[in-house]
Amino acid sequence: MIFLRRQLPLLITFVTGLLFATQYYVPHPASERMLTEVTKWLQIIGGFALVLGVTSLFHLHAVKIRRKEPGWGYSFVLYAVMLGTIAVGLWVNGKETVNGTATAFGWIYSNVMVPLQGTMFAILAFFIASAAYRSFRARSREAAVLLLAAVVVMMGRVPLGEYLVPLSGDITQWILNVLNASVRRAIYIGVSLGAVALSLKIIFGIERAYLGGGKE
Amino acid sequence: MPFEALLGAWVATGLTLFIFTFLYKDNPLFKLAEHLYVGVSVGYTIVKAYDTVVIRLIYEPMVVQGDWSLLIPLGIGTLMLARYAPKAAWMSRIAFAFIVGVGSGLAIPRVISSYILKQVEDTIRPLVSMAQGGALAFSTNILDPASNLNAVVLLVGVVSVLFYFFFSIEHTGPVRVAARTGIVFLMIAFGAAFGYTVMARMSLLIGRLTDLIEYADPGYGRPSLWLLLATITTLVVWSLRRRDEHPPEG
Repeated sequence: MIFLRRQLPLLITFVTGLLFATQYYVPHPASERMLTEVTKWLQIIGGFALVLGVTSLFHLHAVKIRRKEPGWGYSFVLYAVMLGTIAVGLWVNGKETVNGTATAFGWIYSNVMVPLQGTMFAILAFFIASAAYRSFRARSREAAVLLLAAVVVMMGRVPLGEYLVPLSGDITQWILNVLNASVRRAIYIGVSLGAVALSLKIIFGIERAYLGGGKE
Repeated sequence: MPFEALLGAWVATGLTLFIFTFLYKDNPLFKLAEHLYVGVSVGYTIVKAYDTVVIRLIYEPMVVQGDWSLLIPLGIGTLMLARYAPKAAWMSRIAFAFIVGVGSGLAIPRVISSYILKQVEDTIRPLVSMAQGGALAFSTNILDPASNLNAVVLLVGVVSVLFYFFFSIEHTGPVRVAARTGIVFLMIAFGAAFGYTVMARMSLLIGRLTDLIEYADPGYGRPSLWLLLATITTLVVWSLRRRDEHPPEG
């Protein structure tokens, strides 16, 4: 039993890890087909992961409603809207438009989801600005550099900024394409080295956190 | 105007205003809109996942085309649900092992190729160019990302930032100079990322405000104005009732 619980998962990780690491170096049609197939498989398995996540959300709000905890009415609204969206979506086979005409599902997307999403992210502009005021005060040379770069980029991305400081557009492009690119590149290199090291540790069974705790 | 468009304008305006009320403080209108957002988003995701995974990736290939090999990922996926049965929870490890194993295996060569070798290759470019007649040239046009001056700046930036994150040697002497240069590059990049993000959010804000202005049109029944009035009234009533229930101390 210990083999099934502990060693079999490690063996599966080892075999699949080595198989798909070597697949990259085998430019044979069969190898490419295997990659295409397993990509589909991962999407299918990902669907089950969604079931896990959604069930957890269902459970959380069901408990709130059952115990009539403060704010349980909002949980009820969440449930009702979620089930309503699912029912409408399934009724029209998940299609937002049919022959160029918006379905009820498309209406929900355009008139409920898009405004809510857009506004939710838009109000972050205010909070980012207030957070920036608190954290950006040029208390050190580094903070001053950060503040200056942020101001230049903000000015360079609006017509008013370019009107007030004609060079701000060009400087913004230079900052984004050269200075920012160099830092991103260095971070990519560092993160990638870490990702490769972690992947090797996972394949060889050194890193086992993904198996979770619990009984052996 | 069609009824759906009219209703859509009123609903979109109302929800936008409800979210904006958070700028005053957390309140029931915002909470309602927030829970609506979560509910609709989850419902939408479930429908899209059903359409993509169940219909296109499972039902059509299996039932219509007869590709029964898909029973394997179905079985592996089902093992994930074993987490709900405490005695069989260990079986979900098999599914996670498969996903993590495939993911790790796929990542190693691709990450090395795309994010390490390619990035290093693009960084180590010739620092001078060959002009016509065989003479060496050094282009200093900073607006051209491919100029020699920018190649030098890129190289200095990448190396100094890598030095900053390299903790295996003490940051003293020349290494300290390199690391300090790396900090300057990092600060510029963080500032640029911040400025870029703020402007992206501003763009979204402008989009929402444009909609609110459009929906103030008499053709829609002026939902922006009426709902703004209703929202403000609701907030005032809510604040007054709250003050009565929880009077300020002192």
